[in-house]
Amino acid sequence: MGEKMLMKGNEAIAEAAIRAGCRFYFGYPITPQSEISHYMARKMPEVNGTFIQAESEVAAINMVYGAASAGARVLTTSSSPGISLKQEGLSYIAGAELPAVIVNIVRSGPGLGGILPAQGDYFQAVKGGGHGDYKMVVLAPASVQEAYELTVEAFNIADRYRIASMIMGDGTLGQMMEVVEFRDEEDNKVYEKPWAATGTKLLRDHNVITSIYIDPVTLEKHNLNLQAKYKKISENETRVEVYNCDDADIIVAAYGTVARIVKNVIKTAEKEGIKVGLIRPVSLWPFPEKAFQKYADVPKAFLTVEMSAGQMVEDVRLSLNGRNEVHFYGRMGGMIPAQSEILDKIREILREAK
Amino acid sequence: MAIVMKRPHALRDVPTTFCPGCTHGIIHRMIAECLDELDIEGKTIGISPVGCTYGNYEFFNCDMVQAAHGRAPAVATGVKRVNPDNVVFAYQGDGDLAAIGMAEIVHAATRGENITVIFANNTVYGMTSGQMAPTTILGQVTQTTPFGRKPEFHGFPIRVCELLSTLDGATFVERVSTHNIKNIINAKKAIKKAFKVQLAKKGFSIVEVLSTCPTNWGLNPSESLKRIEEELLPVFPLGNFKGKDLEV
Repeated sequence: MGEKMLMKGNEAIAEAAIRAGCRFYFGYPITPQSEISHYMARKMPEVNGTFIQAESEVAAINMVYGAASAGARVLTTSSSPGISLKQEGLSYIAGAELPAVIVNIVRSGPGLGGILPAQGDYFQAVKGGGHGDYKMVVLAPASVQEAYELTVEAFNIADRYRIASMIMGDGTLGQMMEVVEFRDEEDNKVYEKPWAATGTKLLRDHNVITSIYIDPVTLEKHNLNLQAKYKKISENETRVEVYNCDDADIIVAAYGTVARIVKNVIKTAEKEGIKVGLIRPVSLWPFPEKAFQKYADVPKAFLTVEMSAGQMVEDVRLSLNGRNEVHFYGRMGGMIPAQSEILDKIREILREAK
Repeated sequence: MAIVMKRPHALRDVPTTFCPGCTHGIIHRMIAECLDELDIEGKTIGISPVGCTYGNYEFFNCDMVQAAHGRAPAVATGVKRVNPDNVVFAYQGDGDLAAIGMAEIVHAATRGENITVIFANNTVYGMTSGQMAPTTILGQVTQTTPFGRKPEFHGFPIRVCELLSTLDGATFVERVSTHNIKNIINAKKAIKKAFKVQLAKKGFSIVEVLSTCPTNWGLNPSESLKRIEEELLPVFPLGNFKGKDLEV
């Protein structure tokens, strides 16, 4: 049994990063992720780490680019408007194939929007919010424990593939307190980084970290290599929770905070004799399309519930490719869907499906 | 037979991409000579900017990191904080440093980041074919000031050294030029001192080097050198703004 502690989701993410060997944090203040910065400002000096409050999100992500270039495990955290500012850097990080971890504690938009929970940044995260053909690994925890575990894993994935990994939560996850059990044997793997810019010591040719390839033949080859890497990640790093789906009347697709609400709906619905299944993508990219395909013909219909106008629902439809009906229910603006609303929607869909 | 002149070890044996008469090549050579003379090539990491010198990672023998437009000081910060015993320099042009990257350079300076910035000021965006830069002087014709830079429309040129020297975090700030041999010798001295400031862990150092752009100035190489002397020096006076008496 590992050590246990009552923590906020934001604090669990920060603690996980430190336990994963991250010693460099660059951030800029924004609600509702502030606890991560505060935690890092206090803890980094204790572990000989570096905390910098950058002048902007743009500077912070470029400090991440620099520290990753030098071979370090590095973290930046922000919330939606700040993540928009980081998109330039994320595209460069993808192009230069640097490992880094980014946390987005999503708030409601567009624009300055509001600080309450939302899932409106799904497209930006999984379809590539910056320019060019690139992908980030996007992990969506649904509990404080999972926030801790996925953050550790995000660092390992980043180093294994030289890619940016994003933890995507929301204010609910960031602010709520739950018991976290730290693992005894921390997953603090050390990856060799012979490509890093650490100085040649006059013993080797120089290392160059770059995303620019002026020659189109070379640049296409670089892009093909990136795509091959993304394919490999899709094969190896897809994460999903499938719950109660084997003989479900209806399967709900939901991630993060919303998936927890759906689990309660499942219990209530059972009392009415309605069997509700849940497919919870844990990795939003790579998207667990095979899980949807496996259960495509089981239920009368699928329902995607999100705190958005309908973003992940597109990937659910693409995965099912017309094999079953896909309905959608969403709330926006920081409004959280109530269990009763979701159950009403389920009853309505099943009524019409009969 | 004695060798009196050779390529510095820190400079790779590759052709540069600069136009004839452009002084970027001279500035690169001076940096490389400093890396040789201080024997620091093996622990130096250079940061390449966006602009005519985007590809200078091919020119230097040390490890190099290419940065997004204007972000070199932030990238340099990340690199340096990971390995504080490395020597980290950023090479930036005037558009890169004083327009899109103004926030990054000011805050790297005010944090006192222990890095060295070599700032080539040729008063124009070269790579993108000659638009107005933040350092374009009044009256200067560029592609985006076809009737000359007019204060009522375009405001005034920024004097980077004067601005940065107001910051407590900036340790060594000097403006030099490449328009004749005497000034090139001074420029080299300033660049070497900037690296020494970093080696002594004294904090942020920047050397602004007035540079030519014959192509976008519409002048031949010798006219370009003359333009620095006659038109740029009155706007951008040479000299040390900070750290003159610092012993390193």
